[in-house]
Amino acid sequence: MIALENVTKRYGRQAVVDDVSITFGGEGVTALIGPNGAGKSTLFGLVGRLLQPDEGRITVDGMDVASTPSSELAKVLAVLRQDNHVAARLTVHDLVEFGRFPHSRGRLTLHDREHIEDAIGYLDLGPYRNRFLDELSGGQRQRAFVAMVLAQDTEYVLLDEPLNNLDLRHMAEIMRLIRRMADELGKRVVVVLHDINFAATYADRIVAMRNGIVMADAPAREVMRPDVLAAVYDTPVDVREIDGKPVALYHG
Amino acid sequence: MLTDPTSTESGALPSAGLHRSRLAASWASPRSRLTVLGAVVLALTAGYLFTDVPGSLAFALRVRGLTVIAMLVVATAVGVSTVVFHTITQNRILTPSIMGFDAFYVLISTVIVFFSGSAAFLAFDQFALWLIQVVVMVGFSVLLFTWLFGGKRRSIHLMLLVGIVLGTFFRSVTEWMQRMLDPLDFQVLSDAMFASLTRPDEALLALTAGLVVLGCALVAPLLRTLDVLTLGEPAAVGLGVDHKRVVMVLFVGVSVMIAASTALVGPILFFGLIVANLAYSYAGSFRHVWTLPAAVLIGMTCLLGGQLVLERLFGFGGTLSTVIDFAGGLFFLYLVLRKGAR
Repeated sequence: MIALENVTKRYGRQAVVDDVSITFGGEGVTALIGPNGAGKSTLFGLVGRLLQPDEGRITVDGMDVASTPSSELAKVLAVLRQDNHVAARLTVHDLVEFGRFPHSRGRLTLHDREHIEDAIGYLDLGPYRNRFLDELSGGQRQRAFVAMVLAQDTEYVLLDEPLNNLDLRHMAEIMRLIRRMADELGKRVVVVLHDINFAATYADRIVAMRNGIVMADAPAREVMRPDVLAAVYDTPVDVREIDGKPVALYHG
Repeated sequence: MLTDPTSTESGALPSAGLHRSRLAASWASPRSRLTVLGAVVLALTAGYLFTDVPGSLAFALRVRGLTVIAMLVVATAVGVSTVVFHTITQNRILTPSIMGFDAFYVLISTVIVFFSGSAAFLAFDQFALWLIQVVVMVGFSVLLFTWLFGGKRRSIHLMLLVGIVLGTFFRSVTEWMQRMLDPLDFQVLSDAMFASLTRPDEALLALTAGLVVLGCALVAPLLRTLDVLTLGEPAAVGLGVDHKRVVMVLFVGVSVMIAASTALVGPILFFGLIVANLAYSYAGSFRHVWTLPAAVLIGMTCLLGGQLVLERLFGFGGTLSTVIDFAGGLFFLYLVLRKGAR
């Protein structure tokens, strides 16, 4: 499990993550929701050791993120950030190969190649394996990055807004994929989402943040309540039941 | 199951992709490309060493051999450091000169001429001058780096910005001093400010070569890590790269190489931009195992080719750095315009 103990991160005087203590990353899919500026990406940055907390301690399966070698953590925890701009021209295959870096340090073994093939196959990227990343559509590129994370073969997978800039069809596709990764491959996926209906449909558990504080941490259905969502987003949200599933209405 | 998300849009693309892959296959692997380049460099070296020998071959070989070694040292320093710098900064139209290396070189020489005159400058101990240049350049860049990157706020961009501002400041001070100079002193100084690869001091060349080898020794174990750095800091950290430590080591390597070679031959960093960008397109791979040697070999090709043209065609009617700066300027414009057109 990923555990935060009294973690605080400040930018200037503003606490973006404010004395947070939470344990997450159980089996299945956990969705991290909350308004812009709630501290979701910062939380990911802290767990993914891109940022150092000002106070508190973070552990992944008992390993202290601050003191465990980065290369060891990369074998249990994979993080995909929001913006993945690559300066060099890489093909899909090149990118997925990087997923094996924590294991092989760049010298690929047969075992590494199997993982790469599996990841490419799992994301249906076979036909595009020799395509350059800048020749792919947004959805394909996102899948290529997910394939890299998959090739990393970690128990925990953290995805920061993987649905950004995708259309309806590709959003649903990525979410189905995340669900399959959890169900078939036993990954523990934590995913930052803005569309709470996707969170309700695909996640087992929802963690809701606002102003650097965890407002809710419960099974998806318990978070999908008008009072909880309204408090998290500071805007009226109606929740209706459609075909037995809670659906949030927030469009007006 | 996932369906093919591009079934509608892929109609036109496969043929283009197929065409390209066939083209790539016929245009051989990075290995053979580099072999070709290596052969070109060897041929140019032989051409430079053995053709048009006016007197004793042994004497010509000795003098020209030193020049070739100086070129190799400079091509290695400039090529490797520029490619590494590009990877660290995630930007391919920068050169390490942005950190003020060249500016410092000119400033130090100007200060000497300004305070003690051109006669003293010409009589100045070569070794002492080289040492001062190297120490000041490495010292300044490492200071800047540890201040803006080693501390709590780690920002490469802030470091670059401060580097630009300070570089401009040093250039302005230099210019101000140069305006106050006696015309004769100024003449001597300007002559010294053109990079010169011919007739290097042997002892200094050996020292410079030693430092460049040291720099390469710092970079070499990190070749594969450099590949990961092309993904950017967040992804590299996610893949278990100790970003801060790795970038520190690389940066020290870059500083040492650049400082040593600039102190030996003068300001020549602009040339790195051409060399590195040609290497990226020529090597046919983003991997540093290929791009770094490609950059060095292309650097050698440019220097040897330029020197041959200059010596044999124009009969020394100019300096190599003028040719390189002119070609480099045109190439830079091309890069910027191409980027803009995309």
